[in-house]
Amino acid sequence: MSKTTQLEILVGAFMAAGFVALFFLAMQVSNLGTVNSGDAYRITARFDNIGGLKAKAPVTLAGVEVGRVLDIYFDSKDFRAVAVLGIYSQYNQIPDDTFAKILTAGLLGEQYVGLDPGGSESVLKEGSEIAVTQSALVLEEVIGQFIYGKAQEGAN
Amino acid sequence: MITWLATLGRAGLASAARLGRANLLMLAMWGGLPAMLRRPRLLLDQMFSVGVLTVLIIAVSGVFVGMVLGLQGYYILSRFGAEATLGVMVAASLVRELGPVVTALLFAGRAGSALAAEIGLMKSTEQLSGLEMMAVNPQHRVLTPRLVAGILSMPLLAAMFTTLGVYGGWFVGVGLLGVDDGTYWAQMQSQIDWHEDVLNGVIKSVVFGVVCTWIAIFQGYDCVPTSEGVSRATTRTVVHSSLAVLGLDFVLTALMFN
Repeated sequence: MSKTTQLEILVGAFMAAGFVALFFLAMQVSNLGTVNSGDAYRITARFDNIGGLKAKAPVTLAGVEVGRVLDIYFDSKDFRAVAVLGIYSQYNQIPDDTFAKILTAGLLGEQYVGLDPGGSESVLKEGSEIAVTQSALVLEEVIGQFIYGKAQEGAN
Repeated sequence: MITWLATLGRAGLASAARLGRANLLMLAMWGGLPAMLRRPRLLLDQMFSVGVLTVLIIAVSGVFVGMVLGLQGYYILSRFGAEATLGVMVAASLVRELGPVVTALLFAGRAGSALAAEIGLMKSTEQLSGLEMMAVNPQHRVLTPRLVAGILSMPLLAAMFTTLGVYGGWFVGVGLLGVDDGTYWAQMQSQIDWHEDVLNGVIKSVVFGVVCTWIAIFQGYDCVPTSEGVSRATTRTVVHSSLAVLGLDFVLTALMFN
């Protein structure tokens, strides 16, 4: 094998290894390989307080991820926060009286939306709204109530 | 006092002139692009000495940086019971910062210094003047392929560094410390964004590639043509490249990730 071919092969192998590494970063490390926003339907849920919920947070049902929070905005008419949830289209049997609540993974973990299925015959579809929701648990409020309760006990 | 002021002024004017020469050289090198495309052979040779020969140090450092990240990350995260996010920590720090920056620093030390010394020696042994005598533009013939090779190599090297680092972290976290294999990758995939994290890292490494190669070539081309001048140019290449990379990294990070 001549020296020229050897050089060409080495440089070619270098380029190939570099592109394989880039491909690996795209498919294995980042979310490009797992993205499936195309086949999701959107529903909305109104919360009094969303706490620390952010877009892209998971939506779970019985602990299984069934969707993602796509968008969060403020409705200036009724002063509530509206979360747009993208539910993967294979989960199309969720009853429309489902209960949505904002939960926290662990004590300091990130917040996510948990769904509790209801018993209705009709199911959630694109554009449906979840009627019953429970706001995020804000730790300061809970502690404040607890201290207030203790103080009341002490006074009596 | 007056002599002191004069020295200061001379130094200021000299660095301004150097900056100007560096920019003119950059323009001249871009002008050599069409000529180089007609001779891809020149680029191939440079890709070998700039890219292929740097792979080994990049690969070894990548694996070890990833392993250290895995180890340190595990000890800190396990204090909060958050070992599951080890993959995210390793991948995010590699993809966003360590991959491009450490690769650029190693590149400046390994390839940049070699470029500066080679070009500086060509200048002091009057090979560049010799080319000019043969009516060959030395900037187009010698410098342009080196610049293009550096710019092409850097993102590929950074991608290799990051990939091997992720596997180094995986080896320590999953293999030695018992983090779950599936969690390591799943957490990583759900938290690392292709556009936001990976692509911005690639853009960073391209910018570092331009800057490091440019500094190396300019220092070599602009050196005092003596053995001392070449040694100084080599030193300056590494020092200036490292400072430029670290400074630019801050600016780019501020721009990209707010």
